[in-house]
Amino acid sequence: MKYIFPMAAVIALVLISWIGSKIPGMEYLFGVLVPYAAIATFIIGFCYRVVHWAKSPVPFKIPTTCGQQYSLPWIKHDKLEAPHTTSQVVARMFLEIVLFRSLWRNTKAEIHDGPKLTYESSKWLWLFGILFHYSFLVIVLRHMRLFLDPVPGPILVVEYIDSILQIGAPTLYMTDVTLVLGLLLLFGRRLINRQVRYLSLANDYFPLFLIFGIAATGILMRFFLRTDVDIVSIKRLAVGLVTFQPVILSEISSIFYIHLFLVSVLLAYFPYSKLMHLGGVFLSPTRNMANDTRIRRHINPWNPDIKPHSYAGYEDEFREFMVNNDIPVEKELPSKAD
Amino acid sequence: MAIVKVDKLAKSVAQGPSLMTGSYPTMDWMDVPAVFKPGNFAYPAKVDIVNYLNKQQGLHFPNAREWSPLDDDWKLPENWKEIIIDGLRERLDKFRSLKIFMDCCVRCGACADKCHFFLGTGDPKNMPVMRAELLRSIYRNDFTLAGKIFGKMAGAREMTVGVIKEWFMYSYQCTECRRCSVYCPYGIDTAEVTMMLRELLHLVGVGINWILEPVSNSNRTGNHMGLQPHTFKDNVSFLCDDIENLTGVKVEPTFNRKGAEILFITPSADVFAEPGLYTAMGYLLLFHHIGLDYTWSTYASEGGNFGLFTSNEVMKKLNAKMYAEAKRLGVKYIIGGECGHMWRVLHQYMDTMNGPADFLEVPKSPITGTMFDNTASTKMVHISEFTADLIKHGKLNIDKSRNDHVIPTWHDSCNPARAMGLLEEPRYILDHVVNRWHEMPENCIREQTYCCGSGTGLNTDEIMELRMRSGLPRANSVKYVHDKHGVNTLACVCAIDRATLTSLMNYWVPEVRVAGLSELVANSLVMEGEQRQELTDGLRTLL
Repeated sequence: MKYIFPMAAVIALVLISWIGSKIPGMEYLFGVLVPYAAIATFIIGFCYRVVHWAKSPVPFKIPTTCGQQYSLPWIKHDKLEAPHTTSQVVARMFLEIVLFRSLWRNTKAEIHDGPKLTYESSKWLWLFGILFHYSFLVIVLRHMRLFLDPVPGPILVVEYIDSILQIGAPTLYMTDVTLVLGLLLLFGRRLINRQVRYLSLANDYFPLFLIFGIAATGILMRFFLRTDVDIVSIKRLAVGLVTFQPVILSEISSIFYIHLFLVSVLLAYFPYSKLMHLGGVFLSPTRNMANDTRIRRHINPWNPDIKPHSYAGYEDEFREFMVNNDIPVEKELPSKAD
Repeated sequence: MAIVKVDKLAKSVAQGPSLMTGSYPTMDWMDVPAVFKPGNFAYPAKVDIVNYLNKQQGLHFPNAREWSPLDDDWKLPENWKEIIIDGLRERLDKFRSLKIFMDCCVRCGACADKCHFFLGTGDPKNMPVMRAELLRSIYRNDFTLAGKIFGKMAGAREMTVGVIKEWFMYSYQCTECRRCSVYCPYGIDTAEVTMMLRELLHLVGVGINWILEPVSNSNRTGNHMGLQPHTFKDNVSFLCDDIENLTGVKVEPTFNRKGAEILFITPSADVFAEPGLYTAMGYLLLFHHIGLDYTWSTYASEGGNFGLFTSNEVMKKLNAKMYAEAKRLGVKYIIGGECGHMWRVLHQYMDTMNGPADFLEVPKSPITGTMFDNTASTKMVHISEFTADLIKHGKLNIDKSRNDHVIPTWHDSCNPARAMGLLEEPRYILDHVVNRWHEMPENCIREQTYCCGSGTGLNTDEIMELRMRSGLPRANSVKYVHDKHGVNTLACVCAIDRATLTSLMNYWVPEVRVAGLSELVANSLVMEGEQRQELTDGLRTLL
């Protein structure tokens, strides 16, 4: 039931912005001040978090090797899974970040009578993850058209491809569908998979609902509640925001303010939440380090001054036994006459 | 302690209500206390051991006392909470891995069913993500804005004695095998989390004897077993006698010899008990076969390092003996024997902690001339790397048929697989010393290999049921190849494996026994001047 509160929170956010934006004079708050505050929080928070991470050293080189190490020349080295040079590490990271390579490995374990354990490949999480993240990325890119005048070519290309199916008018963006689908599948998985359900926290559901709210309001605006939405005013506001000359030309529909408010909340929430995996994935020591620890010495900046129990101390304790058993010693036993 | 009958445990694992078998817990995990009962915890460290360690330079082991996990009062220091929170702060500042792993988890659950402890117990807190949440919840509460504002809603909770007890239970139900980190999209490594938990617990005097006693032994006598120099030498000499009886070859190893070309270090368990003894006989025969100029050391007589299971400080202190001894003896480089966690320390920590080893030379095989430039800095070669190179160059006189009584399968030990990438060398060796062997099913081998279930100092008898549960995934894949191909030997390069897999096989697959790879190598060697008995069981033949 951990999803009840986050769901209520998102509904509350919708109501706040809906009612709030209807109060005369509040457009400036929801259209300008809140977005600015959110972007500032995002940028400062994101940078703070990354700097905070970077301030701690990486004392040990601890890559997780998922393939054959570089060793003898005639043994085939797995350059991607046990990289030993920087370029190989970059390749490994690239595949991890762009293709979610580790999730591709996922298996599902089951236990049967016997006992008998079985493991089968399970790529659902990978698929849902890819679906969601890439849809989100394309949508963010598409929205850049609002902030840029003239709209750069690459963004037009993204838009063109995203609407290539030419369904309906205005034409349907595929990513609108896949984003919502991805969110529903990820949410469904959290409910249906017993293990994931048990370990999920409220802060796992909140971003799902929040992004769902953003997607829903965006889709409503484009396809269903178009009449009140003044796209010219929106573009003017968006360009104004990035050029620090924000103006609200005319009354823009509430649905826009709700959408914008939810996006603002997402931005402000981002640096203080698990969404920072966006930054963290680049910094994970088990993935971004080379498996070259026997080739190059890695330095620990706080390497403590710890000495072993000395050989001299060891020999002092056991000298007699050693001498009597013909084990060489540094110092002979005192002669018997003494 | 009498262990539960195998039929009963088999039924319990597959049908008992658990998150693995289909039932769903009624309580939120934060509301479920850790309950200790005989059999589900390893015994606390003894007072004199803790006191001894606390006196060693660079180490800190406070609050030595008599205590039991069964007691309500664990006799923690008065300011235990402050110690823990300060300790966590210090570690966040020292380890970027800890910060990243605390902040980045999205609880996707990819790791959940990858842990052998979870598969065998069905206990939700053995899902790797949950093990980390035990710490993460405290981190959120005391170190994050969201946790401070939203509290339990944001997955934060107050540090209590109950949490300490929970940490003790679950940081000692993790073998730091890193299997979960293979599947994690951010590479979150539960081994790091478990290490931090164990370090924090030591700050308030919570540790187990099965780890700290070997640590203290290793510090004092040079090895976990506490073998004093003469005993260590005697043990090796007994093995030489056995070799002479079996093969007619007289092997005469040296100890603490200055000027030897190579220092050889292996886990002391290899010279202490079966079946490791046969592995040690394997090294002795192999080195004799090629006429290697090497020496054993009684001072650095331990390859393993239970410091890895204790704290980074202890790891460094114990490991430092290797270079110290190599320097004292004036050897050119070091060869390391078969051991799993030992090789994690040697491969990923040794050079950083105790290097630079500028008094050693880049290892070069005196037999083949091969330069091991993959260890140019650390200057320590794995016995399997060394042996594979010998075989490749045809330097070993091998008769595979001498191994026809064994049908092995290959067990990749956690650390050589996931913290080193030693996958092909042992397979190459196996290909050349036995006529047939079989891989276990995919998803259970190489980087996805399963732990023996008793690593990180959990190979103690008082938690035998737990060990048999956590070892089940490994045992199950062995059973598969035993049933299908008649596999009768589980070969490996790990001393803890040799001890613990033996118990595990006896329990789940009694037809299979455990052998070190070097034992199989030596079984197949045709020695010069040998007067070999009819060795129907290789080095294990009883004459």
